Amino acid sequence: MEMNWNCGSRHEHERQTPVRFRRFSLIQRNRSILGVAALTLLTLANASAQDSTIRAVQNIFDPLSAPAEIVYRVSLLVLAICAGIFLVVGGLLTYAIIRYRRKGAADDREEPPQVYGAAAIELAWTVPPILIVVVLVLVTARTIGEIQKPKLPNDAEQVRIIGHRFWWEVRYPKYDVVTANEIHVPLSDRSKRIATEIVLESADVIHGFWVPQLNGKTMLVPNYRNTMWVEPYKTGIYLGNCTVLCGAQHANMLIRVIVDPPKRFQQWLNEQKATPGNDQAVEEGKRQFIANSCGACHEIGGTNAKGVFGPNLTHFASRQTLGSGVAENNEANLRSWLQDPQVLKPGCLMPNMKLGDKQLESILTYLRTLK
Amino acid sequence: MSTEYLTAETEWKLPSPRRTAVILVILTESALFTIFVVAYLFYIGKSLNPPYPHEVLEFPWLGSILLFGSSGTIVMAEKALKKGSVSGFHLWWAITAGMGFGFLIYTATEWHKLIYKDGLTLGTNLFGSTYYSLVGLHASHVVVGFILLSMILIFSLTGKLQHRHHEHVEMISWYWHFVDGVWAVVVTVVYIISANS
Amino acid sequence: MPNGIPITTKEIGTEANPARPGEEHGTITSWIQDIVFTVDHKKLGLMYLGMGWLFFIIAGTMAAIIRTQLFLPDNHLVSPQAFNSLFTMHGTSMIFFVAMPMIFGLANYMVPLQIGARDMAFPRLNAFSFWLTFFGACLMFFSYVGAPGLYGAGAAPDVAWFAIAPLTSRAFSPGTSVDYWSLGLLVTGVGSVTGGINIMVTIFCYRCKGMTLYRMPLFVWLSLVTMFLVVTFLPPLSAAQIMLVLERFFGAKFFETQAGGSAILWQHFFWIFGHPEVYILVLPAFGVISEVVPVFSRKPIFGYPMMVAASVMIGFVSAGVWAHHMFTIGMNSYSITFFAFATFVIAIPTGIKIFNWLATMFGGKIRLEIPMLFAIAFLFQFLIAGLTGIMLGCAPFDWQLNDSYFVIAHFHYVIVGGIIFAVFAASYYWYPKAFGRMLNKQLGLWHFWLFTIGFHLTFDPQHIAGILGMPRRIYTYHPGRGWEIWNQISTIGAFLQAIAALIFVINLFVSARKGAVAGDDPWDGWTLEWATSSPPPDYNFETTPEVKSRRPVWDLKHPEDPDWKFE
Repeated sequence: MEMNWNCGSRHEHERQTPVRFRRFSLIQRNRSILGVAALTLLTLANASAQDSTIRAVQNIFDPLSAPAEIVYRVSLLVLAICAGIFLVVGGLLTYAIIRYRRKGAADDREEPPQVYGAAAIELAWTVPPILIVVVLVLVTARTIGEIQKPKLPNDAEQVRIIGHRFWWEVRYPKYDVVTANEIHVPLSDRSKRIATEIVLESADVIHGFWVPQLNGKTMLVPNYRNTMWVEPYKTGIYLGNCTVLCGAQHANMLIRVIVDPPKRFQQWLNEQKATPGNDQAVEEGKRQFIANSCGACHEIGGTNAKGVFGPNLTHFASRQTLGSGVAENNEANLRSWLQDPQVLKPGCLMPNMKLGDKQLESILTYLRTLK
Repeated sequence: MSTEYLTAETEWKLPSPRRTAVILVILTESALFTIFVVAYLFYIGKSLNPPYPHEVLEFPWLGSILLFGSSGTIVMAEKALKKGSVSGFHLWWAITAGMGFGFLIYTATEWHKLIYKDGLTLGTNLFGSTYYSLVGLHASHVVVGFILLSMILIFSLTGKLQHRHHEHVEMISWYWHFVDGVWAVVVTVVYIISANS
Repeated sequence: MPNGIPITTKEIGTEANPARPGEEHGTITSWIQDIVFTVDHKKLGLMYLGMGWLFFIIAGTMAAIIRTQLFLPDNHLVSPQAFNSLFTMHGTSMIFFVAMPMIFGLANYMVPLQIGARDMAFPRLNAFSFWLTFFGACLMFFSYVGAPGLYGAGAAPDVAWFAIAPLTSRAFSPGTSVDYWSLGLLVTGVGSVTGGINIMVTIFCYRCKGMTLYRMPLFVWLSLVTMFLVVTFLPPLSAAQIMLVLERFFGAKFFETQAGGSAILWQHFFWIFGHPEVYILVLPAFGVISEVVPVFSRKPIFGYPMMVAASVMIGFVSAGVWAHHMFTIGMNSYSITFFAFATFVIAIPTGIKIFNWLATMFGGKIRLEIPMLFAIAFLFQFLIAGLTGIMLGCAPFDWQLNDSYFVIAHFHYVIVGGIIFAVFAASYYWYPKAFGRMLNKQLGLWHFWLFTIGFHLTFDPQHIAGILGMPRRIYTYHPGRGWEIWNQISTIGAFLQAIAALIFVINLFVSARKGAVAGDDPWDGWTLEWATSSPPPDYNFETTPEVKSRRPVWDLKHPEDPDWKFE
């Protein structure tokens, strides 16, 4: 049976323009003449724009990152060997059933020759399996080393991910950036490697991090540090899942890895480092946020909200989803979440804060300004 | 395979069911103990807070003498029974049971000191968890052994124990030797290795 | 009856054999008394099998609910907590209350008959083992009505059959669900170990005259290896559960990472049990196939000594592969390579067994009766299961496939496609012996084809879902991930399997009354169970048989051409 491994994948238009050398520096927040020119250049240089291709169908046989490709190559070999064994043994079995079938009453008159065994044959047919095992072990050992002990470039980015029930804390130690649930990594190029090392830790129970097109999965174990790496070759938004049962909302502990071209990645980092401004219009919302103890669990940079039990909300409005992927980050969903998180994500650890209507609206407005 | 076949004259010898069963019981209990020993060894030196083994453990001289000695006395009891000396059997068997009981008292006093003087319980730290579970599992097996020994003693004193029960008695003594063997492992792992690391 | 000795309870209550109180012919009281007090290995064997089928229906219903919930993305048929309980109870029940009782039931019934013994070594211990197993199951299911958990969803265990620490600690599972899981399985575990000791002692010590170890039927050999694994590798699970209970009730720190404990240690202990456990489940299936394929190919098993050697080797190597369930935990490269190597190595004796079964069929005169149909399906499906196992054994490949629906597909291929199919084969093969009547062939064909088609519809697409990134143990998924169609096909297959299973259960009951009379030896078999009546009398054999070869009944039927001249 022919298997179409690419069923439903969304490899639509892919941007092929190479990164261009640019004379201007990154876009600045303040508008200036240079800024306007840079902005124009940026819209022309497609390679710097964020690719919003959502790679929702994560086929392990469609790797888009160096470690995933390494796994893919060895998996093809293993598949080929297994397919060969299946055809040979399955073929023999089919042949035996057809050729040696009882052909009617005539066959009942006497029994077939009663063969007890043949030592030579039995010894002979242990040889191919042993040889196959030798090949498999060698290939496996080498691949394990290639993935677990990669020689990453010195300037590899570093992301530190801490698993919580049921969200992902994301930190960029080099840049002092803290965010949640959506991870940005820079795009790599086959000629100039840009790898990202991901350190995986857990704050409570064991979780698992899996974005198939980027790499195999690795567990996040409390009091234990695991590392993995990615080196993606295509931009886009890669979806992933938590893979180790961690409680009621394990299914909605979703991952978004957004692969940006390097310039866009730096731009994003800068956006994340900036603290939100003091906009008078949402001063009330900020006040309500603190007054209703939201800050006891959630941190917002530049305010007195410094809680670490829940996700960091400093740039909440810049995220595509809320609740670690359970719903799109729009006004309606956010309103539902603030009214009662248990509706969208029953069993999540944020309780119903029983906000009054006015408080809810002002907090909602405030949160939606946190870009 | 050979073309010989058994004739009516050939003896058909099979292993004794009781011995086989007790060997298997020893096998399964060894598997159980192994996991607790592994846990104990794995967690040596990993407790984050006191008390630590070298601080509170004393080498169990008295307990070990009692328990290992009881292995010796149980052999004497069996020898006496083989010779036909029922009173000798009663004496040595009772001494064995007594020494087993003495071991339990020793363990109880040791635990009393650890709990009330040193503040070590199951939940104190990794040492407490692994120590009490391993030594406690062993002690529970000593309790079972003691009950079995007492039952045999009572059956024998009331005249219910017959010669045909010699294999039952032997199997209980095998179990008792097994319990002693486990104690040797526990002493090595807990009182020698961990107390000195 | 030639000498007036009653064979079944039906004979009691006649003039010649007046019934004692409670033993009246065919009353409910006599039936209940029989069941509760019996120590007869045949009755206990049927009780084990009955327990297995009962929980098969219960756990199968859970599977149907799971599959219905997953039929559509963002479905809300059941709450997340209820879903977690469903797959936990489904998995735990299927392994401990369905598959284990079935292998114990088959071994209980057939081993004494096949070795020419009168009963098991310790009949009362046998009854004790059964009732302990059953009670453990009841204890675990009592959790549905016991005190509510944190979310008020009933305290049924919801931490997966694997009960991974530290999810199971008091901090993250505050209710009593984990306690029911531990205690229920501790109780069942004692039943399994005592049953295992019983079977091993029976095999070592109660073989009839002339039946050396190398003349035992392969089903007996495989039961022996299986029970050795039970006796040696169930205690690690019990030990881990004792540690879990101590942690939850007395604050012990075994898996408490904040106290320096290791969450990974649970996984090691669990899989040291867990991997041999799956061999415990599959080896008796190999034994059944080793009985069915020769009889229905009309040839002796090809290479008996190698089959024995392969079985023993599988038993021993299975102790050394456990960490292939932990490839993603973050082990060092050397450990991972070692366990991948051991996993590949164990495929060698397993593959050899498939070759031997094939060679048995070559040159034979294959009768495609229902037992053989299930055996042939077993061979195809177990082959595929073994191959997906090799894929999972290659650690880097496993880093993608682990904890996904590919693994679910793999182990259901082994357990359903392999073990359950073998149990079906054994049922059709030995039901006539146990009940004196043949199972209905028409119903059998419906059962076979519906179940096979349903099985493939259910589990083949799950390989693809796993390849497309669908993880295990999720109660729902968003649309657009590419998983919907595979889940939908899978759900349809599940319902087909349910219908087929129902047909089988109906067949079991209907044929007991209306099936064709079987006689002693309906299949023209060669092992000792076919030398006595169907059903066998309480004492199994009127005279203790004496064997001279591996196929004593062949020798009886072919005195001019007996096996012992050629073996």
